[in-house]
Amino acid sequence: METSFIKALSEIVGEQHTLSDPESLACYGYDSTPELQSRPGAVVLPGTAEEISKVLALCNGAGVRVTPRGSGTNLSGGSISFDAGVVLQTSRMNRILEIDEENLTATVETGVITSTLHREVEAKGLFYPPDPGSMNISTMGGNVAENSGGLRGLKYGVTDDYVMGLKTILADGEVLKTGGKVVKDVAGYNLNQLLVSSEGTLGIFTEVTVKLIPKPQAKKTMLVHFPQLEQAALTVSHIIAARIIPATLEFLDRTTIKCVEDYAHVGLPLDVDAVLLIEVDGHPAQVEEDAAGIRDICERHHCSFFQTAASPEEALKLATARRVALSALARVRPTTILEDATVPRSCIAPMVKLIQDTAKKYDLLIGTFGHAGDGNLHPTCLTDERNPDEIRRAHLAFGEIFEATIAMGGTITGEHGVGVAKKKYLPKLVGESGLRVMRGIKGAFDPRGILNPGKIF
Amino acid sequence: MDYVKLINCMRCGMCLPHCPTYKESFLETASPRGRVALVRKFQEGELVESEKFLEYVSLCLDCQACASACPCGVNAGELVAEFRCERKQEQGLSTMEDLILRKLVPHPDRLEAATAPLRLYQRTGLQKVVRSLGLLKVFPAALGRMEGLLPKLPDAPLRQTISEVTPAVGEQKGTVGFFLGCVMSLIFSEASLATVELLSALGYKVVTPKDQKCCGAPNMLGHDIDGLKEAARFNTDLFQSQELDFVVTDCGGCGAELKKYGHHLDGETAATAFSTKVRDISEILATEAATLKNKLKPLPLKVTYHDPCHIAHCQGIRSQPRALINLIPGIDFRELPEADACCGSAGTYNIEKPEMSDRVLSRKVQNVQKSGADYLVTSNPGCLLQLKKALTEATPPVKVIHLTELLQMSLNA
Repeated sequence: METSFIKALSEIVGEQHTLSDPESLACYGYDSTPELQSRPGAVVLPGTAEEISKVLALCNGAGVRVTPRGSGTNLSGGSISFDAGVVLQTSRMNRILEIDEENLTATVETGVITSTLHREVEAKGLFYPPDPGSMNISTMGGNVAENSGGLRGLKYGVTDDYVMGLKTILADGEVLKTGGKVVKDVAGYNLNQLLVSSEGTLGIFTEVTVKLIPKPQAKKTMLVHFPQLEQAALTVSHIIAARIIPATLEFLDRTTIKCVEDYAHVGLPLDVDAVLLIEVDGHPAQVEEDAAGIRDICERHHCSFFQTAASPEEALKLATARRVALSALARVRPTTILEDATVPRSCIAPMVKLIQDTAKKYDLLIGTFGHAGDGNLHPTCLTDERNPDEIRRAHLAFGEIFEATIAMGGTITGEHGVGVAKKKYLPKLVGESGLRVMRGIKGAFDPRGILNPGKIF
Repeated sequence: MDYVKLINCMRCGMCLPHCPTYKESFLETASPRGRVALVRKFQEGELVESEKFLEYVSLCLDCQACASACPCGVNAGELVAEFRCERKQEQGLSTMEDLILRKLVPHPDRLEAATAPLRLYQRTGLQKVVRSLGLLKVFPAALGRMEGLLPKLPDAPLRQTISEVTPAVGEQKGTVGFFLGCVMSLIFSEASLATVELLSALGYKVVTPKDQKCCGAPNMLGHDIDGLKEAARFNTDLFQSQELDFVVTDCGGCGAELKKYGHHLDGETAATAFSTKVRDISEILATEAATLKNKLKPLPLKVTYHDPCHIAHCQGIRSQPRALINLIPGIDFRELPEADACCGSAGTYNIEKPEMSDRVLSRKVQNVQKSGADYLVTSNPGCLLQLKKALTEATPPVKVIHLTELLQMSLNA
């Protein structure tokens, strides 16, 4: 990138917040996505919305491309600049501006860490449910851009169920204010919802207003083992059919169970097909009733083990297996490819079976865990980037898995975003008309195409 | 360096919220994930060892909070240290490093002699004169910082005054070797005396070999692997020649290093056997909790606990010190926010990187104030030095003491 342009950037955000040395560029050339890397031309860390606006106006004028980045935990290459453009990191904008206890909303700057917001609102007896796996480091702006999900998705929904208002800087530096604190708002197109999961291609958020709900009074955690996968899957469907909506309904498959046991020695049996971690929350009486109902359903489906936590400490212990699942898998081989194929809940059993068969077919080690309640699975391929043949087979396997996902009426990504990693699967999912509409929207927001180009489609 | 250790990092970013330097700067280059990437790209020939490169790599506190947080078991702090050691082996020690790491640190008598003028400096009132005249301002900034950190020194180093054998009180339960630690012996001898008193009160005969040498942590810090190996071999032979059930230390830094002797000496049997015997004082005391509880008398104090990195992250000891504090009747224990975040002392980091060290320290001070405690308990001399100075000067001031000093207060209350 030209020195004069870098100088112009530094005049906006300050010299210490403008990086262009090779070491910094190397470190901003990746996010959490395996295999993908590309160095940007410069990195800026603006401290205010005004600075973001000026940076975008400058870049738009010069035709320089901009990729927004929170903490760089994206899993689809969304926060990597593939054309030596500017990476714009929002972490410095990290103030919680307001927790409005009358309207039950919180307004935060874009760089606020998700779990920081959790802590602050929970201290006031309120609740912001979206809890992506990276919540201890992911930013709110990033969560909105990717429409992050999490463990509590089944009962409480995902990020877009909570976004009420946004302040966004458009490609030319103009400010766009959408939504606000009102529950009902039908004035024009619902731009709020359009901006959620736009993956940094339509604008850069500077402020986010989210809905809060009362914090559930009680919680109960259960751990169940199933010798047969089909029985575990049926249990999931029957719990929902019994009108019980658990806050968490998580699943581990046989490969994951073995890796977890090898790593954490939590006492999981190696001869079961599936482990479910179930959590119900709400009014104490309702929680008791739901837990009893779940126990009954699990027993009718021949679970081999059922335990209810008697204390918060015990609940934490029961949740260990699920909590350490990714760690346990990631330690097995140097490279971990974590996917998020999502199917309708009723297809969990055939999907898990298909993943296992595909792994066998391509001679790969794939452990599957995830959010069984909402059909969002994480088939995780344990491989080694130094082995090109195995990596090639992994890509072939995931290709087949995504094809099957689409055939079952599911989606190629439940919560990680399309980015560049899933780009080639999108046309099949949304069709030519879907792509045409998306391109039209992109053109309306960003006519010169400077915002995170090459992502999604 | 084993390349696979570098590619094990899956760049998930789980380390970022635990890294003190990332939290202060939000810079990827100041994060564990970034440091692993830098070292990896150096190995792959994509980056060279430029001035910036060294600046980024050396900003690491080596607190190893990242290792505790990493899902894949990558220890970024250790990888950076290993990288710097390898580079140092290629370049060799400078004259100054050779003087300090080879000619001074491994010789306790020389180390003690070198610090004697400091004792004199404090005793004669010279310190007061220097401070009141602002003379330190004319010395290099680093020297000024060192002087400011130094608390009142004991009359003599503990190594010179402690008896080689302290008998058990009552029936003897076992024999432990006591590893003194240079800074504990030179500066915090009262805390180590408390350690010995507690061990003896609990029925342990305490053997303190006077010939023991520095554990080698300064060599590790100075990236002098050969010096570290020498220290490991010497102390292993010295302690293994005695009949000991355990080797106990009340210095977090020494404990972490002693437990790695087996690793440092490439799995040598004697060194491995020695390392498996090493216990932090809190580990031993926690196993004696029931006995200890009966001996402790009420202390109505508001207390919080700071986890030294070398205790929590390097040795995985978190619950024992808290359990011991809570044994004291009447104690009001308050958990410290971000208790296991580094205090910024980090060996000689507070002298070498004063700006970042101060930022990390000020966050710690704010958290201590939030806890509302009157006493901050910790168990590592580096943290004691750093926090004593900062918290004595804070408003309201907070007293900083070693865990064994608090337990001794309760024992003799």
